[in-house]
Amino acid sequence: MTNAPVLDVKQLRTSFFSEDGEIPAVDEVSFSVNKGEILGIVGESGCGKSVTSLSIMKLIPQPPGKIVGGEILLNGENLVASSEKRMREIRGNEVAMIFQEPMTSLNPLFTIGNQLIEGIKIHTKIGKKEAFQQAVDMLKLVGLPRAEQIMNDYPHQLSGGMRQRVMIAMALSCHPKLLIADEPTTALDVTIQAQILSLMKDLNEKLDTAIVLITHDLGVVAEVCERVIVMYAGKVVEEAPVMEIFKNPKHPYTLGLLQSVPDVRENKERLYSIPGNVPKPGSIKTGCRFAARCEFVHDRCLTDNPPLYKVNGAEEHTVRCFLHEQGGAVSG
Amino acid sequence: MELSTQKNLQPPVIPEEEKVVSPWLEAWRSFRKNKLALIGALIVLFFIVLAIFAPFIAPQGINEQMLSKRLQAPSGEHWFGTDDFGRDIFSRVIYGTRISLWVGFLAVMGSIVVGCLLGIIAGYYGKWVDTIISRIFDIMLAFPSILLAIAIVAVLGPSLKNALIAIAIINVPNFGRLIRSRVLSVKQEEYIMAAKAVGMKNNRILFRHVLPNSMAPIIVQGTLAIATAIIEAAALGFLGLGATAPNPEWGKMLSDARPLLMQAPWTMVFPGIAIMLTVLGFNLMGDGLRDALDPRMKS
Repeated sequence: MTNAPVLDVKQLRTSFFSEDGEIPAVDEVSFSVNKGEILGIVGESGCGKSVTSLSIMKLIPQPPGKIVGGEILLNGENLVASSEKRMREIRGNEVAMIFQEPMTSLNPLFTIGNQLIEGIKIHTKIGKKEAFQQAVDMLKLVGLPRAEQIMNDYPHQLSGGMRQRVMIAMALSCHPKLLIADEPTTALDVTIQAQILSLMKDLNEKLDTAIVLITHDLGVVAEVCERVIVMYAGKVVEEAPVMEIFKNPKHPYTLGLLQSVPDVRENKERLYSIPGNVPKPGSIKTGCRFAARCEFVHDRCLTDNPPLYKVNGAEEHTVRCFLHEQGGAVSG
Repeated sequence: MELSTQKNLQPPVIPEEEKVVSPWLEAWRSFRKNKLALIGALIVLFFIVLAIFAPFIAPQGINEQMLSKRLQAPSGEHWFGTDDFGRDIFSRVIYGTRISLWVGFLAVMGSIVVGCLLGIIAGYYGKWVDTIISRIFDIMLAFPSILLAIAIVAVLGPSLKNALIAIAIINVPNFGRLIRSRVLSVKQEEYIMAAKAVGMKNNRILFRHVLPNSMAPIIVQGTLAIATAIIEAAALGFLGLGATAPNPEWGKMLSDARPLLMQAPWTMVFPGIAIMLTVLGFNLMGDGLRDALDPRMKS
């Protein structure tokens, strides 16, 4: 990787404050996204994936949430220290985001064109006609037929897949360097899912937009991502290139995740599942957060918090587990 | 999942004949099918026409006194009879439409504007702003509304204008709370988050996304509130705190007719029917609007 990273997240800590005190939802998470790269963030519900993405946009509802530490460097600019005014310039222009529910991400009262043009006009000073043309071009780019007619349609007239395409068009209309996609295909049919994913991969190549793809679906990761981060209970537990993760998973949690994916070729009576539940954020104070559910747990896991270790013999593969200590620690 | 084969797939094409229908137009279509609502709308329309063309419809002026024809029963000449000054009640009721509708509309508009503003601020910004505004609403709602209106008029002095102001004030919390709750639920919608994610400013989000999406219940509540406002105006008029002497305000006419109830019941019956009909019209229309704008609220 010779390119400077578009996004460099360092030791990010985002906490929610309740009557019981501070609850860290994202705990010292570090990762970077290179120019034009697709990075997957995988994990179960409640592991901090979405909070990470909202932190990058600085859209964490505050209170109760707050970014309490770390840096988010976007093209070298630290977003954690940026003012709300600067953030508004950045949102949509440099980083854009698409959401899980295409059915509710568009205002039901306005036409598609109206909403697209508005998004474009926030960041560029161009006339109505040009903005209209740009919106039509974007709709064509995301593969919607009859783009001119769709401009006059209301959201309820479009299917879920079409709306997600509109959302992608809206997100990319100002050519951001980075697109954060928070489970963009979870609410869609499998066939539409494949279309949307291939569209995103296509646009990633055409427009050179880096994508952070947040998902719990390992199949999605395998299809489109180049690198993967596995998160568990607010921490990064493993990071590796996508093939490496599938061929050579190191962390017991990643192993468990991969085992839980049903395989049509096998005739299993029961599907595998990782025993236990995701711990409540903030409930584990000492030791490895996965210890309670881990098959390989030993005494040390319960008392010490494992740092990220390099995996022996593999490049760019790090894992947060004492079993792989011999590779040497990378960071806390 | 084999993606390479999916690349050439086109998304489904919607049939061309499907017409573009705005959500408001759809609501109108549903309203049109509701017979009771249409009757209500017709009644309201009828009174609006009466109010606008009162000088052309009314056979006499409001203060034309014919002392020789005092307290005459309804007849071909005086359809609704005459009062104790020999004034034509039919004409006075027609002119009264102007006052009642005017007071109803203006007072409700006032409450909507002030209530929406306070409700939006409370709901969107939350925190201590919300606490202060909501507690003020709570305090106002703790009084029976007509009592509060009487108190306000007592402070301002009895006149039609002050009655209007009082009615506007006492209805503010209803709209404020309604809008606040709408804002709280609309705020959670994903398109608000999406609007933030493209870099939209708070004010713009409020007026472009939150307010239009809160409009439907405001229209419904507003229509029903006009009915209440008309009754409240009549009540204040009846108590002598609203319209003053020669004004043909319906409530005031009722109150003037009170001593004549046994002698000349028509002096009281016709303004009463007028109040009842307008209120009925607005209520039917409001119910219809509610069904059309929010099918889930249908009982």
